Amino acid sequence: MGGWLIGMLVVGGGLLFLVLVFVVIYNGLVALRNQVRNAWSQIDVQLKRRYDLIPNLVETVKGYAKHEKDVFENVTKARAACMSAAGPADTAKAENFLSQTLKSLFAVAEAYPELKANQNFLALQEELTSTENKVSFARQFYNDSVMRYNTKIQTIPSNIIAGMFGFAAEQFFQTENAAERVAPKVQF
Amino acid sequence: MPAQPAYLWDEIRRNRRRSWVLMILIGLLLAGTGGAFGAAYGGDAGAALGLGLAAVLALVLGMVSYYAGGSIMLSASSARRIEKRDHPQLFNVVEEMAIASGLPMPAVYVINDTAPNAFATGRDPAHASVAITTGLLEKLNREEVQGVMAHEMSHVRNHDILYATMVGVMVGSIALMCDVFRRMAFYGGRRRSSDRERGGGAAVIMLIALLLAILAPIFAKLLQMAVSRRREYLADASAAELTRNPEGLARALEKISGDQEVLEVANRATMHLYIVNPIKSFEERAAGLFSTHPPTEERVRVLRGMTHSHQPAAPAGG
Repeated sequence: MGGWLIGMLVVGGGLLFLVLVFVVIYNGLVALRNQVRNAWSQIDVQLKRRYDLIPNLVETVKGYAKHEKDVFENVTKARAACMSAAGPADTAKAENFLSQTLKSLFAVAEAYPELKANQNFLALQEELTSTENKVSFARQFYNDSVMRYNTKIQTIPSNIIAGMFGFAAEQFFQTENAAERVAPKVQF
Repeated sequence: MPAQPAYLWDEIRRNRRRSWVLMILIGLLLAGTGGAFGAAYGGDAGAALGLGLAAVLALVLGMVSYYAGGSIMLSASSARRIEKRDHPQLFNVVEEMAIASGLPMPAVYVINDTAPNAFATGRDPAHASVAITTGLLEKLNREEVQGVMAHEMSHVRNHDILYATMVGVMVGSIALMCDVFRRMAFYGGRRRSSDRERGGGAAVIMLIALLLAILAPIFAKLLQMAVSRRREYLADASAAELTRNPEGLARALEKISGDQEVLEVANRATMHLYIVNPIKSFEERAAGLFSTHPPTEERVRVLRGMTHSHQPAAPAGG
C-alpha cells in the first residue's frame, strides 16, 4: 500500500516535470519567433528614416553645387523608385541603387570645400551614414535572430515541440549585391 | 599570421565554457573551505556562527554593489549624461549597436578626462549605462569608437556585472571565512567533545583547515582574475559579433594601450570595469596571473584572427 503510493507520487512528479519542460521550451520558441518578426519590421523602420532624410540632404548640397544636377536627379529618382517598389526582389534592387547614388552624391560633395565645412551638411552626412549603418545592423540582427530561431527548432529537444506545433524555419535576408555582402558598413 | 581563422561563434562558446569552469572551481573552493572549517570545529556553535556571518556579510556587500554599484561608479567618475544633440555621432554609434544587439539603448555618459578609456555598468540591459572619456573620443575614429562601445555593451549583454559580483561575493566569503578561522585558531576556540575520542585525526583536519585558511584566499584571487580575463576575451568576441568588424576594436585597443596617460578618476576598486587596465603601476602593467585584463597584444591577435563566415581565408602571406 505504501509502496504503491510512493510509486504514484514519483510518476506524478515525473509527469509534472515533463509538462514544465514542455511549457518552457514552447514559450522559448514563441519568444524567438516573435523576435524574428520584430527584427523584420525594424528593418522597415530604418529604411523609412533613410527616405525621410534624403530630401533635406539633396537641398543642402544643391545650395552649394548647383550644376551637379545629374547627381541630384539620380538620388531623387532612386528614392522614388524605392518607395514605390513592390516585392522583396524589386525593393532590394531599388535599395542598392539608392545606396550607389548616395555614394556618388557624397563623392561629389568632396569637391566643394565650403560644402564640406557646412555644419548642416556635416550633420546630415553623419545622419545618413548612421542610417545606412542602422539599416545594415537591423538586417544583421534579423539574420542573427533567424539563425537562433532556426537552430532552436532543429536541435533536440526543442525540435520535437517545434514539429508538434508547426514552428517553421524562417528565411535569411539575402543581399543581391555581392560587394555589399563583403563590406556592408558605410564609414566615412 | 594565424594559420586557421577562428570562427567567431566558436570563440564566444569557448570563452563562456571556460569562464563557467573557473566559476565552478571557485564555488568548489568555497564549499571546500567552509566544509573543512566546519569539520575542524565540529560541534562548536560559536565557530559556525562566525563563519556563517562572514558569508552573509559578503553576500550583502555583493547585493549592494550589484544594485547600486552602477550609479555609485558613475558619480565617482564625474560622468555627465548626454543626449543625441550633445554628441550626435557618439549617440548614433551606440544606437547602431543597440539595433545590432536587439537590446534597449543604454544611457550614454561622457567623462572629462584626456586619458582614453571607457566602461559600462548596469545589472542588465534594461538598466545599463556606458561611459567614455573625452580623451578617447578625440583619439579614435568612428569605427574604433564603435568597437569600444560594442565591447562595453557586450559586458552588459553577457551579464558580466552579475557574474563579477557573484564571483566577488564568493571570493570575499572565502577571504572573510579564512580570516575568521585563522583568528579563532590562533586565539583559542578549543575543540570540543567528539575530538577527544578521535585525537590524532582531529589534529590532521585542523592542519588541513589551517593550510586552506592560508592558501584558499590566494587561489580564490587567482581564479577570480582568470574569470575576469576570460570575460574580457568574451566581450571582445561579442563585440566582433555585433560590429562584424574586429579590426575596429583591435585598432582601438592598440591606440588606447599605447597611450601613457593615467586615468585620473580610476582606482583599484573599479579598474576591472574599464576596457583597458587604467592603473598603470608596474605590478598591474605586468599582465600576469593577478591582472584583471589579458595582455592587449593577445587581445589584438585574437581579434585579428577572427572571421564571421565560412569563406576560405586569404592565402598565407595575403
